[in-house]
Amino acid sequence: MSNVFEIKNVYKTYKNDGKEFTALKDVSLEVTEGEIFGIIGMSGAGKSTLVRTLNRLEEVTGGSVLFYDKDLASLKAAELREVRHSISMIFQGFNLVNQRTVLSNVEQPLKIAGVPRRERREKALQMLEIVGLQDKKDVFPARLSGGQKQRVAIARALAADPKVLLCDEATSALDPKITGEILDLLKKINIERKLTIVIITHEMSVVEKICDRVAIIDDGVLAEVGDVRDVFSNPKSKAAKKLVFPSNPFDPSDHGGKVIRLVFDGTHSSEPFIANLVEETGLKVNILSANTRSVGGIGFGQMIVELPKSEEDQKKIIDFFTRGGLSVSEVG
Amino acid sequence: MSEYIRDAILAGIWETFVMTLFASLFSYIIGLPLGVLLYSTSKGRLLENKVVNGIIGFIVNVARSLPFLILLVLLIPFTRFVVGSSIGTVASIVPLTVGAIPIVARMVESSLNEVNPGIIEAATSMGASPLYTILHFIIPEATPSLLQGGAINVATVLGYSAMAGVIGGGGLGAIALQYGYYRYQEDVLWTTVALLVIMVMLIQEIGIRLSKKTRKT
Repeated sequence: MSNVFEIKNVYKTYKNDGKEFTALKDVSLEVTEGEIFGIIGMSGAGKSTLVRTLNRLEEVTGGSVLFYDKDLASLKAAELREVRHSISMIFQGFNLVNQRTVLSNVEQPLKIAGVPRRERREKALQMLEIVGLQDKKDVFPARLSGGQKQRVAIARALAADPKVLLCDEATSALDPKITGEILDLLKKINIERKLTIVIITHEMSVVEKICDRVAIIDDGVLAEVGDVRDVFSNPKSKAAKKLVFPSNPFDPSDHGGKVIRLVFDGTHSSEPFIANLVEETGLKVNILSANTRSVGGIGFGQMIVELPKSEEDQKKIIDFFTRGGLSVSEVG
Repeated sequence: MSEYIRDAILAGIWETFVMTLFASLFSYIIGLPLGVLLYSTSKGRLLENKVVNGIIGFIVNVARSLPFLILLVLLIPFTRFVVGSSIGTVASIVPLTVGAIPIVARMVESSLNEVNPGIIEAATSMGASPLYTILHFIIPEATPSLLQGGAINVATVLGYSAMAGVIGGGGLGAIALQYGYYRYQEDVLWTTVALLVIMVMLIQEIGIRLSKKTRKT
């Protein structure tokens, strides 16, 4: 598979009133054709800046961004506009033209690309069909719900047959149910149209649901990048752990005890591990937090448990879980 | 009121209408692009350009701070050069236009400033040129606000047109001045004032209705 984007040692520094602010520090990563690539980070981490360097809405101050081996910084204004037909974008605030109908909004990128009227109308209607909104073609955006507006924005983004779709917090203004529907739609488009998608988000649940690979940005630095399943089951960086761990597990009852985190994937989730532990070893653990989620279609469970004080018992318990094929990591 | 004066008032209504219409039209032909330029060259906008923005902004500010009555007098030679005379209805259109241009430009600029910057970002990400973005995204999105500003501008021009009577312009203002003020004919004075108020209210109403009709939000 070839690389859609190759980001090499990218720096971005803003100057404001003589003060310098570095939004991106030495970020390097690749986005491969056909994948859904997530970029996650807290607000202010630099992820929105990073995604804007991919279509040169932001100029980099150092390093380079290659789109199919072409350095975006080397393009002249007209060439850049041409390339932008291949890099679509959707936004948190939808950014539809309120004074134009849904159909006319979807036609815009085709109009910019110089497609004749009849052809672009036909294409726009097709796009509306993909997102399930043909019946709203003559409606103005103000009459649509948030989820519908984002669907229109997706139809608009697809109209010019882009090679990649950038999503900047595209679901952050939507409620969980609608978020799920929009993510399902993006996944469908990714599979059916083989469209590469880059998703910027601050929500782990978005990454878990549809991303193949994920990059974690923390304070302008790339903290971690890898397959979503690996990062989720075994986060290495502090930033990744912060995102993956539940934000507020119960306090352990006894602060002298050891707290560990267990992760089990779909292959193990049918076994009653805790009950087996008690039966086999006679040792008890205190569950501080437990949940299950689906990561890329596979059921993941994670549990934070407090172990007894005795080091020997702790060892036995960890041994038991490790033998069972669970991933065990210490929390703290 | 004598028949003579009644005829004069009727002619005055027509002259005021003509002056307002053409002065508004011409001031928009120049003021609209100027407002677009002011908007798009300002900081953080599509065609950011400190020098151009500074120069246009300065001229507009100077022109706007001149009292219209002074502008009327200052422009007499220019008016004579353009239309061959400095008195009468047609001649009044020149200073009215010049006086309205900076007001129109600022009004247009402020309407465009209301447009959600996200829409401009979306247009840019689609590969639209700055000119295309202005014509097909920014101006359509600002249309209701532009129309509302338009009504205010036309009403301002109407008010100015009454002042043109002082230096020999036509219209209701001249009648109010000549009959009402110089000849103490209070009935004429109040009739013209009432007519001017009605005309301003009509313009405002039309503007608001047009703006509402075009507003899709």
